[in-house]
Amino acid sequence: MTATAGGAPVRRVARPPVVRVGALSVRLAPRGLAAGVGLVAVAAVVAVLAIGTGDFPVSPPDVIAALTGGGTPAHRFIVGEIRAPRVLTGLLVGAAFGVSGALFQSVTRNPLGSPDFLGFTAGASTGGILAVILGGTGWVIAGGSLLGCAAASLAVYLLSYRRGAHGYRLVLVGAGVAAILLAVDSYLLTRADIHDAASAAAWLTGSLSGRGWDHAVPVALALAVLVPLCAPLSRPLRMIEMGDDAAQAMGIAVERVRLAAVLIGVALCGVATAAAGPVAFVALAAPQLARRLTGSPGVTLIASGLMGAVLLILSDLAAQRVIAPAQLPVGIMTAALGGAYLAWLLRKERR
Amino acid sequence: MTTARLHGTGLSLGYDERVVAADLDITIPDQSFTVIVGPNACGKSTTLRALARMLKPRTGAVYLDGSVITSLPSKEVARRLGLLPQSSIVPDGITVADLVARGRYPHQRLMRQWSRQDEAAVNAAMAATHVDDLAERVVDELSGGQRQRVWLAMVLAQETSILLLDEPTTFLDICHQIEVLDLCADLHEQGRTLVAVLHDLNQACRYATHLIVMRGGRIVAEGDPGEIVTADLMREVFDLRCEVIEDPQSGTPMIVPEARRRARTPA
Repeated sequence: MTATAGGAPVRRVARPPVVRVGALSVRLAPRGLAAGVGLVAVAAVVAVLAIGTGDFPVSPPDVIAALTGGGTPAHRFIVGEIRAPRVLTGLLVGAAFGVSGALFQSVTRNPLGSPDFLGFTAGASTGGILAVILGGTGWVIAGGSLLGCAAASLAVYLLSYRRGAHGYRLVLVGAGVAAILLAVDSYLLTRADIHDAASAAAWLTGSLSGRGWDHAVPVALALAVLVPLCAPLSRPLRMIEMGDDAAQAMGIAVERVRLAAVLIGVALCGVATAAAGPVAFVALAAPQLARRLTGSPGVTLIASGLMGAVLLILSDLAAQRVIAPAQLPVGIMTAALGGAYLAWLLRKERR
Repeated sequence: MTTARLHGTGLSLGYDERVVAADLDITIPDQSFTVIVGPNACGKSTTLRALARMLKPRTGAVYLDGSVITSLPSKEVARRLGLLPQSSIVPDGITVADLVARGRYPHQRLMRQWSRQDEAAVNAAMAATHVDDLAERVVDELSGGQRQRVWLAMVLAQETSILLLDEPTTFLDICHQIEVLDLCADLHEQGRTLVAVLHDLNQACRYATHLIVMRGGRIVAEGDPGEIVTADLMREVFDLRCEVIEDPQSGTPMIVPEARRRARTPA
């Protein structure tokens, strides 16, 4: 095509800045970058405050000193061995839920298409409860919830597959599977020994209490592997948001990209649930809030992860402060916030 | 005779159990503005989807430039052949320029996202479709006609020499239908091969250089509209009693259905 197609003069349109080095060229989104930097800053501040909060308060300067290897031995122990791993687990779990939610909302083209609603978190819960009831602790519960998440998502994917796994079918089938699993959960809890039931119920709300390095490290490793795998999916996923036909016409292997996104999303959701229990609504709210903050069309993976991390540790900090000295599990706080968010979302979508 | 760049032979097409077409041969003449018409469920959109490699034929094959189209890398095909699907989803809050820029996907890689060619192609596509004034507007806020021009601009930015359009005028009022078809005619004049599925027979006759008339998954007639469109053909294909007169504007055939009520003179 020539520069004067159709005879009309071609006007240059203001475009976002582009970085071009030789054959490489990358588009920058100034607002997206600013939002990302802002979220990292907020996460850092909240993390320092959260580490300083508790029965034994530590001031922010002392927290920073202890984190960088200075401070008193007592501070180093409280910060380094007890609180930092808990806050880090919170950040990582939040990020995993955020990215996982973004992947599923993109695949389903639906702001309600998060693992909470697709039955994946419900599967993880059922797996976790089974593990608790069978007397498992720690790694066994984590393994049970991972397996449960994988089994539920496989079931949802296969049940909704008909000439491709389409968005709305995934959401409808997922809602059905989630309802069934919820019934199974209730049944298991009524049949369980009272002590097992109590500890299963505590795990079910989602909590960061007592999370140490052995929780933080596996989530960190999982994120280190899974997030880079998302990079080549991000642009094709954005194209698929315009419709399967439009994406396929552009040369995208729609089903393959979708399957890869689902697999990564399930793995992230499973790992996060294994570490902290099924913390509600972070995966639902983070991608939509991130999208509004960055002003980007469609779902953004990185910003959603950062937003998830901020949401989770903010909620945890609030849960510890609201009725101190008593502590709420973070899942109750995110569920309360998420409920309000959901009401707002549904009201907005109806208009 | 040299073979056409895009053609299908022995195509058997269908979804699940349903067979839409069996043993269909179709050839798109190079540099033509080919229009496919036919009654509902005659297989015209299915045929177009097969030509665009969106539907894999059960038997037979579609050929692009001499190769079986499904054997070519899909992104490579997308640099030669573009498709405007019947309906696409506008991403929330996307601007016109950003949507048109997505047409450059087949030319881009992870580390080559926005070359100077990309920028030039997007600007040229927006100018050709007269949406450059709308570049920074949000697509959701545009009228149906403007939106369809934006989708066309996206496919144009793909810079393919073959363009397939699946019912590009559906949901548009008559004035926007003509606007989109005139634009298609311009694109054809610039040397592209266009294939469109249309519903309006008179528009098809006016704009097509090559008309393909389908019924029941078969091609009943094809060729220059002025030579093939007759009252008998319309009755055979659409079960429609009609007169075929000359379009006073273009001289192409114009179909006037027989009036069962309010007839001026007894037939």
